[in-house]
Amino acid sequence: MGRFLQVVVDGIADGSIYGALALALVLIFRSTGIVNFAQGEMAMFSTFIAWGLHDSGRPLWLALLGAFVLSFLGGMAVERVIIRPVEGGRPLTVVIVTLGLFIVVNAAAGWIWGFTNRGFPRIFPSGTVGLGGVAPSIESLGIIAVLLGVVGLLWLLFQRTKLGLAMRAAAQNPGSSRLVGIRVGRLLMLGWGLAALLGALAGVLVAPRLFLDVNLMGGVLIYAFAGAALGGFDSPLGAVVGSWIIGVTETLAGTYVSAIGADLKVLVPLAIIFVVLLVRPSGLFGVPEVTRA
Amino acid sequence: MSPVTVEAGSPRHRALRAAALAGAGLVAVGLPFNSNPVVNGELTLVLVYAVAALGLNLLVGYCGQISLGHGAFFAIGAYTAAVLIAKAHVPYLLTVPAAALVTFVLGFAFGVPALRLRGLYLALVTLALSVATPPLIKRFEGLTGGVQGMAVPQPAVPGWLPLDPDQYLYLLVLGVAAALFLLAANLTRGGLGRALVSIRDDERAATTMGVDRAGVKTRVFACSAAYAGAAGALFTFALGFVAPESFTPLLSFSFLAAIVIGGLGTVAGALLGALFIEFVPQYAGSVNQALTGMLYGATLIAVMYLLPGGAAGLLGRVRRRLVEVAEAPPPGGRPTGETAIEAGTVSPSQGGGLPAV
Amino acid sequence: MVGGRTATARGSVPLLLVVLALLVAGCGRDEGGDQAGATDPGITATSVKLGSSYPFSGPASAYGTIAKGANAYFKFTNDKGGVNGRKIEFTTYDDGYEPQRALTNAKKLVEQDKVFALFNTLGTANNIAIWDYANQQKVPQLYVATGASDWGRDVAKHPYTIGWQPNYVTEAKVYAEYLKQSKPNARVAVLYQNDAYGKDLLGGFKAGIAGSGVRIADEQSYEVTDPSVASQVKKLASSGADVFLDISTPKFAAQAIATVAQTRWKPLHVLNNVAASKAQVLKPVGLGNAQGILSTAYFKNPEDPKWASDAAMTEYKTNLAKYEPGADANDPYNAYGWAVANTMVEALEQMKEPTRASLMEAVRNLDVEIPLLLPGIKVQTGGTGDGYPIEAMQIQRFQGENFELVGSVIQAGAQ
Repeated sequence: MGRFLQVVVDGIADGSIYGALALALVLIFRSTGIVNFAQGEMAMFSTFIAWGLHDSGRPLWLALLGAFVLSFLGGMAVERVIIRPVEGGRPLTVVIVTLGLFIVVNAAAGWIWGFTNRGFPRIFPSGTVGLGGVAPSIESLGIIAVLLGVVGLLWLLFQRTKLGLAMRAAAQNPGSSRLVGIRVGRLLMLGWGLAALLGALAGVLVAPRLFLDVNLMGGVLIYAFAGAALGGFDSPLGAVVGSWIIGVTETLAGTYVSAIGADLKVLVPLAIIFVVLLVRPSGLFGVPEVTRA
Repeated sequence: MSPVTVEAGSPRHRALRAAALAGAGLVAVGLPFNSNPVVNGELTLVLVYAVAALGLNLLVGYCGQISLGHGAFFAIGAYTAAVLIAKAHVPYLLTVPAAALVTFVLGFAFGVPALRLRGLYLALVTLALSVATPPLIKRFEGLTGGVQGMAVPQPAVPGWLPLDPDQYLYLLVLGVAAALFLLAANLTRGGLGRALVSIRDDERAATTMGVDRAGVKTRVFACSAAYAGAAGALFTFALGFVAPESFTPLLSFSFLAAIVIGGLGTVAGALLGALFIEFVPQYAGSVNQALTGMLYGATLIAVMYLLPGGAAGLLGRVRRRLVEVAEAPPPGGRPTGETAIEAGTVSPSQGGGLPAV
Repeated sequence: MVGGRTATARGSVPLLLVVLALLVAGCGRDEGGDQAGATDPGITATSVKLGSSYPFSGPASAYGTIAKGANAYFKFTNDKGGVNGRKIEFTTYDDGYEPQRALTNAKKLVEQDKVFALFNTLGTANNIAIWDYANQQKVPQLYVATGASDWGRDVAKHPYTIGWQPNYVTEAKVYAEYLKQSKPNARVAVLYQNDAYGKDLLGGFKAGIAGSGVRIADEQSYEVTDPSVASQVKKLASSGADVFLDISTPKFAAQAIATVAQTRWKPLHVLNNVAASKAQVLKPVGLGNAQGILSTAYFKNPEDPKWASDAAMTEYKTNLAKYEPGADANDPYNAYGWAVANTMVEALEQMKEPTRASLMEAVRNLDVEIPLLLPGIKVQTGGTGDGYPIEAMQIQRFQGENFELVGSVIQAGAQ
């Protein structure tokens, strides 16, 4: 039983990795209506910026701050320069642009920093905490705390501030929003900036454990999508909880179901989202889409 | 120089069309005799990708559904053909319909539940398909050769044909691809095509008029999967080798990129897009080897800005400077046909004068 | 876009334009037959052309830097006057680690660039895609950059193809031998990458321990696309094994070591050669966690201060900086590229006639010491019966700040 609980705890820890990126995906979707396939790569790029700043001598907190600021600005710039020209058009065009961005950012990171593996400094102290029969690491608990904190902040932003309201309006109905005086362009830039910031946060949270190379987020992306889809693409809390569920089921399946084994455990979250989306397309926490007849 | 106007359906129109097709056909057939084996090999791959893109186009361009997983059906088709040829010694040409059949069935089975999802979520579950494919290929290694891949004898030139192997391969694939293109053209022109267009443009109206929306969508998904599967079989002919590394999620993205770049909803778009995904990565590498990835991604993005209608849209505009096809006006005198649609005054599904919002 | 009668007209004219463009661009067919010539293409009195296909983009781009090491050595050789008076031209193309692109590149190199030989093409699947073509065309496919054991196994069917590095089976047998001697009843937990490399090494290890007291307690695989191997390693930790055989690439190896450190499991950690890098693996996890890790080596480690004043190492580092500024001399892939290019030049030197057949003869009967390889490890091929140029490695153990070589060079034939 102790082993089972430990596996569950490990699954939540893994799920937190996916959840961190899922939050960025959900934020972008909620504030711009776009799915950004390049979110993971942008997060990786941000993490490299932090690494570079730290490696050249600056203290960790300064490197992180610098990376967050640069990512925020960078995200805004990406929206203004790269996404804006195709924003009003066909959704598929935007998809291809974000895929193109994926390729560019990944290659750019390799070109600037090389393809070798490297470590990333720990943000949380190492060690574990004994809770009952299980021993989650301080790092995992720290990540969970940060994630929940971000979920809370996002909730406050979207539900309790005028800015958040304006952002939601701009995402859902840019035309009408402009009519009531909302500066849609500015808000879209803000949305991308915030999402890039969240991505940077995700990157620096997971890099100490996953180690840093250009493929840091490549594998995480599909799990982050699965978590966000499971939880509901418009719900930050859903993204995190969904990712935890994905992490736990994947780890349980990989550990206990030998027919699946480690190589096919990726099928588990994929199967889950398939089933959930059939039964409840808006995800566990999402708001069902209401179309006016 | 003002364009020559031709009435749709008139003998002159039909003659022009026939001449254009015949010209294209002649050039396509003559190509291998004027190109070296490297180019022929690449053009053969272009045809293979074009067939897959064509299938995806049915789904995306005509039906408005998105799929990030057609690489999986491509892979299944490729391995089906490989196993049949290498282990069961089935004649080559039979493996194409066999692969198409297998992927049709799988596409149908997948489509029935999947197509209840929309847009983003459908994209995600199809992405799941393409992510799941390499591990599954490796798991069934008894059948697929697993991580080592499987070498497959390539179609040999029949003794009575004075052709080199690369030429024969190209022409063989060309023949099959041409047949599949014609089939697609027929599908889109016939009842299924009309149903597709009506669904894409206005689902509710279509359902009201008795179109079985779910059934049509599933059938289209299955057809597009079958095209990807057939393309996969042709890929096995062209390469003579199948391995999981050939079938990564990047392949599914490439197909999607191909049809968007080539031009959604057009048959020529599939071919143009296939040319792009085969040759542009190489050119990116020859400009600057260190910047290959960046150049390719940047080119993708640039094409999206410059050619929102895809390359086929651009070429169509060029063509329209030369030849204008006008529908014979109905007795009411209101303009219809291409010029009117271009001007946005008439929406394809609505016969009346309401602007398309 | 409306379907209907106009679609085909619309479709076919763009088609025609495109196809016409291709026709114009088509390079014209070279109907020249094979000359049973005194010389083959790609070689003249003053130059020799080599070609390769590497993953400069895509998932395996980390390996692309090998081309830099090789390039540096070729330029170094050219500046000394070339090999037998011939300067080496080295052309490379990107294949993104995709077999279909690798094959296209090989054809381009052979038919358009008319290289004399293919050299150091990278990737197991890529090389399998190429080898039938290369052998049909009788083009040497030399020193392929993969440790798969395929290349030496059927010399009869693919006489023009040969590997270079100690293949994974050889490496695995070295570990097997070591365990049989030092821990004859070991229970081994294995982590392996689920691809040709991982399975080859695992297969070689199983063959090596067959019939002995060494047993495999559990094996867990991972995909290159997995974010982390932590859960696999934790599962292995619960197997009760006393040896951990880690068949993984640098990023995953780092994760594995870090995960082991978090558990109470204290196995003998056997780390495969590919991941035995201080900079990429051990330093990131903390040298404290790296003590006692065992691996193998066959060339001198650029990170090891022991070789700092070694003549071969100095030559490598100086010239890498000179010809490929920006390349990281401590990256073992660059050293690898240097060493394999060195071997290529040796083979060219021993080639008697400027023909491919003669090159193959030199390649198949080579017996040289390459300065960057460890002392005692030679590149040796004894005729067509021996398809494996390097079949020796030495165990190294991480102690203090560096890997220390242990014992002596172990010869481990792959057959």
